[in-house]
Amino acid sequence: MPLDASDLGAIWLTFKLASLTTLILLLIGTPIAWWLARTRSWLRGPVGAVVALPLVLPPTVIGFYLLLALGPNGWIGQTTEALGLGTVVFSFSGLVIGSVVYSMPFVVQPLQNAFSAIGERPLEVAATLRASPWDCFVHVVLPLARPGFITASILGFAHTVGEFGVVLMIGGNIPDKTRVVSVQIFDHVEAMEYLQAHWLAGAMLVFSFLVLLALYSSRRGKSAWS
Amino acid sequence: MAAMIHARLKLARDDFSLDVDLQLPGRGISALFGHSGSGKTTCLRCLAGLERATEAYIEVNGEIWQDSRREHFVAPHQRPIGYVFQEASLFAHLSVLANLTFGYKRIPAQLRKVSLEQACELLGIEHLLERKPATLSGGEAQRVGIARALLSSPQLLLMDEPLAALDGPRKREILPYLERLHSELEIPLIYVSHAQDEVARLADHLVLLEQGKVQASGPIAATLARLDLPLAQGDDAGVIIEGQVSAYNSDYQLLSLQLPHSDLQVRVAHEPLAVGMPLRLKVQARDVSLSLGADQQSSILNRLPVTVSGHRPADNSAHVLVSLDAAGTTLLARITRYSADQLKLHAGQSLWAQIKSVALLG
Repeated sequence: MPLDASDLGAIWLTFKLASLTTLILLLIGTPIAWWLARTRSWLRGPVGAVVALPLVLPPTVIGFYLLLALGPNGWIGQTTEALGLGTVVFSFSGLVIGSVVYSMPFVVQPLQNAFSAIGERPLEVAATLRASPWDCFVHVVLPLARPGFITASILGFAHTVGEFGVVLMIGGNIPDKTRVVSVQIFDHVEAMEYLQAHWLAGAMLVFSFLVLLALYSSRRGKSAWS
Repeated sequence: MAAMIHARLKLARDDFSLDVDLQLPGRGISALFGHSGSGKTTCLRCLAGLERATEAYIEVNGEIWQDSRREHFVAPHQRPIGYVFQEASLFAHLSVLANLTFGYKRIPAQLRKVSLEQACELLGIEHLLERKPATLSGGEAQRVGIARALLSSPQLLLMDEPLAALDGPRKREILPYLERLHSELEIPLIYVSHAQDEVARLADHLVLLEQGKVQASGPIAATLARLDLPLAQGDDAGVIIEGQVSAYNSDYQLLSLQLPHSDLQVRVAHEPLAVGMPLRLKVQARDVSLSLGADQQSSILNRLPVTVSGHRPADNSAHVLVSLDAAGTTLLARITRYSADQLKLHAGQSLWAQIKSVALLG
């Protein structure tokens, strides 16, 4: 077996991290995307820009600020300490928080595009057919935005799997806690264990290709983003 | 007290302002008629609550839906309306059946006045129930849209140019269904249109809107016959007459129709229809000519004795519009100014109106 226990641990951890992150992002990304797609507030620009920041910032920059915020002297760190939770840096929870920030645009933007594409009309129709705004959201908006949710989930999951810089900055390299696949590969290469690095890197490559293949094939002729 | 719809709406936007006070009958079809940009759709959207006029008072059948002075606003989903949009706007993710029952499911069972079978039969869509909206033709989709609105058992039905997005044959496909709604259901309908032929066919009450203001409002026959409105100027100008089938000559295949409250009749080539059946006729101003004598020597079928009640220059100076009284029924005639001078046309004058064609509107 070319993959040893620590490799398998890293794969499992990565899977857990990406699943949890995607779930959280769908929960908080949906209202943010809905708001961004519908609001006429001046805050739309600034909020949209903040959400998109991880697209352009080096992961080390995000990681650095997260490290400060989550650390014992940061405002999140002090809050978590005051709540008796301790600090979350160098823990799995810290990784989840970092990943949520890091992968946010990959979930919010497809959702926002999907919501915008629905337009005003179906909502008006639903209202004239006695559906309250919430009823309309659940029974009209969510089903019509389904392709957007699929894209958002796939991109959010895959992007979290591919995370490296942020993890290194705030998670460190603790086996079964914060050592995800990308870090594990880095370790193998550092230790000149090229064969094991090959197996893991190859698995990542195949996984990523399959994910994107599924995404692009399912959306014939359309951009994967909308 | 008769059911009434009262809407006072004021709203100002950059390029458009609306200031209307509508009093519409609580039954039958009221048409909001005007050019695009006249504010008719905005009025309809305000009634539905899809738009909120800055200053508004909306009362329907004794219920107040909006009163800006008291900050009172009933949300659209809490108003007992049915709304038909210009495009059918069916939910793409639902089957025809699920579209139809969308509103139906959301009202309490005891308030459901229209059954699924009834709505499907009324609009001829029984065979479409399993289909997805994307597979329907424009006309079919719009019929489903109308049935869907009906199935929410509205107290007021609002239609925003439901035929405007359809081509001629599709329009003719739907009009009979709308007429059936009119005759078979008790729900008052407000119908927005810029097509005079649709309005002439369907409406009982006509509101003429121009640049956000009400130019005229009244029963259709009286309003169409008014010389002072731009309606009389158009090429389509004419009057609506609520006639009644009085006889049928099977030899010549001519249907006789009696004008309201009089013995006057007009005849028209048509299939036989039951005597006593009410029928709406349209007589266009350009199809009516005037003569001093009865002039029996003519191929023109319909000659009626009339009295000139008024006249007015048409939009071009070559023509004159004449309003005529045929035993209580008003007719319009569009004649040349030259002919008017030859006839020495004046109010009170007795003439014969020769009607070249009479259209049955169903």
